[in-house]
Amino acid sequence: MIDLAQTVAADASFGEALFFWILAPIALGGAVGLVLARSAIHAALMLAITMMCLAVFYIMQSAPFLGFVQIMVYTGAIMMLFLFVLMLFGRDSKDSMFETLRGQRFLAVLLGIGLAALLASGLARAVSGLTVAADPAWATGAQTNVEAIAEALFSTYLFPFEIVSGVLTVAAVGALMFAHVAKKGGHRGQKEHSRERFAPGVYPGPKPGPGVFANSDSTATPALLPDGTIEPESLSDYVPPRQLTAAEAAPKHTEGRDL
Amino acid sequence: MNDPIWLMLVKGVLVFVVLVLLVLFTIWYERRVVAIMQVRPGPNRNGPFGLLQSLADGLKLAFKEDVMPRTADKVVFIAAPVIAVTCAFTAFSVIPFGPEVNVFGVETALQLTDFEVSVLVILACSALGVYGIVLAGWASGSAYSLLGALRAAAQVISYEIALGLAVLAVFFQSQLLSTGAIVEAQAEGLPLTIGSLELTLPGWYFIILAPSFVIFVIAMVGETNRAPFDLPEAESELVAGFATEYSSLKYASFFLAEYVNMVTMSALCVTLFLGGWAAPFPDAWWPAANEGFMPLIWFFAKVLAFLFFYVWLRGTLPRLRYDQFMRLGWKVLVPVSLVWLMVLAAMNIGLDAGNGLTTRIAFAGGAAIVVMALIFFWPSRKQYEEPAEPDAGMGGFPVPPLDLAVPPSPRALKELQPARAAAASDEDAAAATSEKGEA
Repeated sequence: MIDLAQTVAADASFGEALFFWILAPIALGGAVGLVLARSAIHAALMLAITMMCLAVFYIMQSAPFLGFVQIMVYTGAIMMLFLFVLMLFGRDSKDSMFETLRGQRFLAVLLGIGLAALLASGLARAVSGLTVAADPAWATGAQTNVEAIAEALFSTYLFPFEIVSGVLTVAAVGALMFAHVAKKGGHRGQKEHSRERFAPGVYPGPKPGPGVFANSDSTATPALLPDGTIEPESLSDYVPPRQLTAAEAAPKHTEGRDL
Repeated sequence: MNDPIWLMLVKGVLVFVVLVLLVLFTIWYERRVVAIMQVRPGPNRNGPFGLLQSLADGLKLAFKEDVMPRTADKVVFIAAPVIAVTCAFTAFSVIPFGPEVNVFGVETALQLTDFEVSVLVILACSALGVYGIVLAGWASGSAYSLLGALRAAAQVISYEIALGLAVLAVFFQSQLLSTGAIVEAQAEGLPLTIGSLELTLPGWYFIILAPSFVIFVIAMVGETNRAPFDLPEAESELVAGFATEYSSLKYASFFLAEYVNMVTMSALCVTLFLGGWAAPFPDAWWPAANEGFMPLIWFFAKVLAFLFFYVWLRGTLPRLRYDQFMRLGWKVLVPVSLVWLMVLAAMNIGLDAGNGLTTRIAFAGGAAIVVMALIFFWPSRKQYEEPAEPDAGMGGFPVPPLDLAVPPSPRALKELQPARAAAASDEDAAAATSEKGEA
């Protein structure tokens, strides 16, 4: 009968202990930073730091496969999706520190401490008094780390594993269904676009800027197409159109030329 | 790996130095090879054959002014290039350069570190390298950078899946996840008997796992943001993508990371599919070729061949459109990889002599039938249908007719017949008021 915690403490080599004491504060700092960070992106980055530290802990406890999969899946894929979404919110969105419910902050702190105490005591009771099982196959080297995980995943825990993958697939397909908007009128290919662009009455070239071919450089002056007609798209919705009189529109002979 | 600490330090420094030198060399190599392909000399001024050109460029870049945008998130803005470079360099630590050698009386492998699951280190590093890109785009505080970062990250993540699935086939075949062990597993030849002819093919995985090799090579180009998949930067189309706001040494770091990633991916492909440091000919021809420091030659020759391939692609292929690129990744590479993995699993069961004859036939035959069925019944590309009403132009596209008579240019007229041109231009002077040079 050996206590699990004591065994772990006794077995830890110097290197392992050193890395633990370096990384544990960083992991905790990341967790605290996650709660305290005002910007959502900073919070997500803090969480990523904590996850990385956990991955290194897994590797230190001779579970390298789990550690690297944690980095690839959680830090690399899931946190990245979080970041994607958070970035699209805009970088100026910050948490509001305004207390909407009276006394909410005090109650939240109280209940938070209570929950932490409950969890800690429960975990302590569950872990203390545990005995170390006889060396499992992977510890003696009869089975590699990867093989042990594969065997557990695909024999003992096959059913839960399949259920979880099914649920995740359903969630992903459901999200697609919600986000999907059917295109009206079907897909238009390059050919349709080309036909539309060259249809009669449509000028296929790039549109001239406001004031091009005009006698005035005001933004209220419409652009003229090469054939002299007004380009409707150059008329601003906000600037009232200015109707020129015939005298105004006529050339002013500013270059000293006579017709 | 139980190396003394001094040896670990030496190896770590050597890997770093080799990577930096390879990057400097690769930039010069790329510019020269592309230049030769485009029939021009390329950089040839600084040092012999222009070899010091990239060093000069790097120094110049480092001494440029470092601009910090006013809207930037300072900490993240500085951390992003650091993340990119760190991940790029770390990934190279598990690449085996050669077999066990004797260094000052210590037996050690020519590899910084190796352990049970070392291939995953490279995959994890490339997964973390995306953070560098994404954070760079976000921290710049500019919409262009953010959009560039999202493009880049979506690309890298998509192609990482295809890359991972291609690597899975190697895990499958070798039942190993360690780079050094995978190289050694490929050393065994592949016996092949055709009639009375007995051959031993090299056991390199690019033969047995040919589909995975092809997918890996395509995904590797997408993963490293290189032409024809260089959509995040696309020099001729975008400004600089996620690196728009970066300057000086930080900007250089992103390109350092990109070239290091190129070298790492080439080295990974050589390790997984092309026999790693093994000599590219049978052992019997020259037994000493695979001992001592000799394999370094084969390893670097293979890596350089891959880098040449990268440059060749850049010099040959036009850039893909973004939607076509994503379609290739998600609708071709990923499904093909998945089907190929299933087939590989079935074939392995079918070819395993330990199973009963019925099982073997059922699995091997079933796999073959599934592949055949997929090839035969795959919906073919939609054929072009003749439109009901004929278009004016060629093959349906509205282009000018072939017998179009182009009117003579007014300028040519003016040069040939000044008097007539003046008269002609007077007529439309009212319409063309912008022409000022006449009269």
